[in-house]
Amino acid sequence: MTITADLAIPSLRIGRFHLRSRLVTGTGKYPDAQTMQSALLESGCDAVTVAVRRERLVNAEGRSLLDDLDLDRLTILPNTAGCFTAEDAVRVARLGRELLDQLDNPGKHWVKLEVLGDQTTLLPDPVGTLEACRELVADGFDVLCYSSDDPIMAARLRDAGATSVMPAGSPIGSGRGISNPAAIRIILELLKDPAHGGDPDYPVIVDAGVGTPSDITIAMELGADGVLLNTGIAHAKNPVAMARAMRLACDAGWLGFRAGRIPKRLYATASSPWEGVISHIPGE
Amino acid sequence: MGFEPYHDRMQITVNGIPRDAPVESTVSTLLDLLELTGRPCAVEVNREIVRKADHQDHRLAENDVIEVVSLVGGG
Repeated sequence: MTITADLAIPSLRIGRFHLRSRLVTGTGKYPDAQTMQSALLESGCDAVTVAVRRERLVNAEGRSLLDDLDLDRLTILPNTAGCFTAEDAVRVARLGRELLDQLDNPGKHWVKLEVLGDQTTLLPDPVGTLEACRELVADGFDVLCYSSDDPIMAARLRDAGATSVMPAGSPIGSGRGISNPAAIRIILELLKDPAHGGDPDYPVIVDAGVGTPSDITIAMELGADGVLLNTGIAHAKNPVAMARAMRLACDAGWLGFRAGRIPKRLYATASSPWEGVISHIPGE
Repeated sequence: MGFEPYHDRMQITVNGIPRDAPVESTVSTLLDLLELTGRPCAVEVNREIVRKADHQDHRLAENDVIEVVSLVGGG
């Protein structure tokens, strides 16, 4: 029987959102606005993260990030980056919602929740994250929770109503890729495998630590639903080319995981038939 | 006269910086003073969000602590 394949990659459903692209990219740290715009286009993303910050009241530049984003096409995902307490994260999430409401962008309904432990590791504070998650869920947000790669924490966040759990591959901006693939696999089993009480449609997105396209492929081959990254593109020597590479890597991993890989073996198995060889085979 | 008596001004804090503003100022008045009118920005007064629809009616008071925020690039 000939095997055929449906190569269309379905959209990613996260709460009330449907994303065509399984890559979500950040908008920080680009060398300039034009490079960011080109990179966002090449990444194929239809959702981008942004941060909420004080207006600069002194020497305010006329140009705003919002002037450089195609708000008709992109869904804005506001983050709570820089928050170290649940209280601050909830405040920032609500301010982001108020801004996106003014812009009439669908992003007003969700938030990327980060409650950080400290400035050096930027690792999430699990207690603060859980507390803020509960409060924001109660307030009607679709909460996408940045988390460590701890499987029990991931399950706790899911149980608290997080729309998506987003385990870090490695620390934010570190470019170290997927430090602990086994932990990510366990998270995926706990949250997505019915045998473990999971839901195959529950979105798990690997967030942070991506340095190179193969990191994304590895995450997707583990079974992640998507990947969120910023620095890996924005700080590449050529962010536009890297954005395209990341997009291809994401598609490659998604298809590769579903295509079903061969088992790993200790010894070789020949690709060409032994039958009909004219050579002398040692030992035969 | 171009002279405003002290009692016509009040002290407030905007984005961590103390400043004064005319008494009876509203959030809209303040955004005007900050030259932010027409730009998307979210406003918090004493840790409570004042929705845009309420900017014109929300009167600021002495010692109010105000945050005016917008969106910037982030990950």
